[in-house]
Amino acid sequence: MMNREPEQYSSGEVLAPPTERYTVLGWLKKNLFSTWYYTLLTLVTLYILYIVLKPTLIWVFTQAQWQVVVVNLRLFMVGQYPTDQIFRIWVALHLLAFTAGLAWAIWLPRARRIGAFLLFIPLALAALPFISGFSRINWIIFAVAALIGWGLGTWKPKAMRRPLLVLLLAYFPILILLILGIEPILKIVKTNLWGGLLLTMLLAVVGITVSFPLGILLALGRRSELPIVKLFSILYIEIIRGVPLVTVLFMAQLMLPLFLPPQIKIDNVLRAMAGIILFSAAYMAENVRGGLQAIPKGQSEAAWALGLSGFQTTFFIILPQALRNVIPVLVNQFISLFKDTSLVAIVGLLDLLGIASTVLAQPEFIGKQREVYLFIALIYWVFSYAMSYASRRLEVALGVGER
Amino acid sequence: MSETVVEVKTTPEQILEMPEEHRSEAIEKGELPIVLAHEVHKWYGNFHVLRGINMEVYKGEVIVIFGPSGSGKSTFIRTINRLEEYQKGKIIVDGIELSRDIRNIEKIRMETGMVFQQFNLFPHLTVMQNVTLAPIQVRKWPKAKAEEVAMQLLKRVGIPEQADKFPGQLSGGQQQRVAIARALAMQPKIMLFDEPTSALDPEMIKEVLDVMIELAESGMTMLVVTHEMGFARAVANRMYFFDQGQIVESGPPEQIFTNPQEDRTKLFLSQILH
Ligand SMILES: Nc1ncnc2c1ncn2[C@@H]1O[C@H](COP(=O)(O)OP(=O)(O)OP(=O)(O)O)[C@@H](O)[C@H]1O
Ligand SMILES: [Mg+2]
Repeated sequence: MMNREPEQYSSGEVLAPPTERYTVLGWLKKNLFSTWYYTLLTLVTLYILYIVLKPTLIWVFTQAQWQVVVVNLRLFMVGQYPTDQIFRIWVALHLLAFTAGLAWAIWLPRARRIGAFLLFIPLALAALPFISGFSRINWIIFAVAALIGWGLGTWKPKAMRRPLLVLLLAYFPILILLILGIEPILKIVKTNLWGGLLLTMLLAVVGITVSFPLGILLALGRRSELPIVKLFSILYIEIIRGVPLVTVLFMAQLMLPLFLPPQIKIDNVLRAMAGIILFSAAYMAENVRGGLQAIPKGQSEAAWALGLSGFQTTFFIILPQALRNVIPVLVNQFISLFKDTSLVAIVGLLDLLGIASTVLAQPEFIGKQREVYLFIALIYWVFSYAMSYASRRLEVALGVGER
Repeated sequence: MSETVVEVKTTPEQILEMPEEHRSEAIEKGELPIVLAHEVHKWYGNFHVLRGINMEVYKGEVIVIFGPSGSGKSTFIRTINRLEEYQKGKIIVDGIELSRDIRNIEKIRMETGMVFQQFNLFPHLTVMQNVTLAPIQVRKWPKAKAEEVAMQLLKRVGIPEQADKFPGQLSGGQQQRVAIARALAMQPKIMLFDEPTSALDPEMIKEVLDVMIELAESGMTMLVVTHEMGFARAVANRMYFFDQGQIVESGPPEQIFTNPQEDRTKLFLSQILH
């Protein structure tokens, strides 16, 4: 708790901790062949890798017919979203890139090198051989937008803080307006046309964003001194956590119409979203509760002693610290939700996984399961890994876990 | 066990039955105590922590409370601003009786400031934000006024240059001085200190005590749980010796140090004064 100011050395010399250096052979010896059983383990592992990887790689590079992916790339990415409206998705992405660039410059000013590396990704995508010229241009715009955001943030970090917060708060509604449309400016695109990675992403983003405040309320409710509120929160959390997501999704599809008046018709996508939100809120609540419990009692006592009310104490003192502590857990929850949304395929939505089965039903691509499933697994993996990597960097940058 | 020798002249009724205008005047003039504890009892489950505490503190007095670990010093001082409840007796602070009523609790908490052993600064807020939060949110001061007052207080405790740092970047002594400034920012009439220097390294104790001595000399009413006998000798009007949930002995510092009446007081003093 009591961080001291770093001591100043009069000599002005700061010595770096000694680093161990190895030659390649030395490293191999130390890490893989130091004892006879390590050697054995290493050899067995290498053998298994060989058995698994060799045929896989041979298949990937010489036998697989990736035509099915190339031809259907747009379906995988956005489903049936009308071609002439796809620019709206791009606008949403460019805005995201701009916001991310701005946030990067303001919050992670020292992580320049990783930033430059990340910028390389859209450019690499633009260079892919099989994408359309339209996408190519857009990936370049994407990179430029990120760069402009970063430049603005670096130029005026103090002045840009508020616009950044506004952008972050406004992004979610803007995203929905862009994708869904708003008459008469933007044509409405019905949700049954949303599909592929777009739908997967939207389900995960909407799920996390809406369940976040719900989860906070439930977590606070569980600690509440009002018995009814407390009981409701506990019942809700424990019931939802006790059933698998698929059942919640089916419930949302089949039961929701029972509660709603007949004139309100909500479509499949909205029902699935409702199911995901309800499901995710229970887990969110438990994560937030963990963060709340980690705040020492002295914090609320100090706030009360100053005359702050219970609400003010929660809002200004407890929640901000609790949420900061649970950022890594929230990112993890987002990643698992991102993957779990694949279950909506079971209730008939055309998310990434759902699109896979429609693609496989096309007569010219029958029997291409390997290619298709490997491809979508790769997409899931790339996104999940990128997010978990980013969250680890974020943790370091925010100094979570230190005080 | 010998009876307590603490004499309290005022009864709760005397304060509560006086009409409100006269009440605050009498407290202001020192005719009535600003803090009165009358036969306060508290239990933790079956454990009887406070066993009939009587104490009166007049405006501008500095009170030092000392005694062995577990004797109930913290528990008692925390009942004064209702961080702890008590089951029997009465506590009247600045003419307001502490009851279950939320409004009274909030009133009393606005009149009392508290400094904790562990500082309890808000780690996610800067020093300036720590000090201005309550004046802005509770007293509804405009931000500019709150910051101006905060800056004066930070100067008073000797760390104006740290205003934009976070608590984690300060030394223990600096943190505790921020905590004092934070409590003073609400312009309390009474300051409560619970072992404010016990978590500090020896070289930082003095900087905090100096601030407290200056505060005492400026006329602040202070209740201080501490074993810093130098502080007590310098500024205390009265000292109370707590043991096993009771006040065993009380009196001005000269008397406590040179002529303690009770064996337990003598024994304890001989232990801490080496
Ligand atoms: N929340 C609690 N529940 C049960 N017992 C408690 C609780 N808080 C304190 N106690 C007990 O009450 C007694 C008095 O505690 P208190 O903290 O008031 O002592 P203290 O005089 O301040 O001691 P110290 O010098 O160690 O701070 C101790 O025996 C302690 O174990
Ligand atoms: Mg104590």
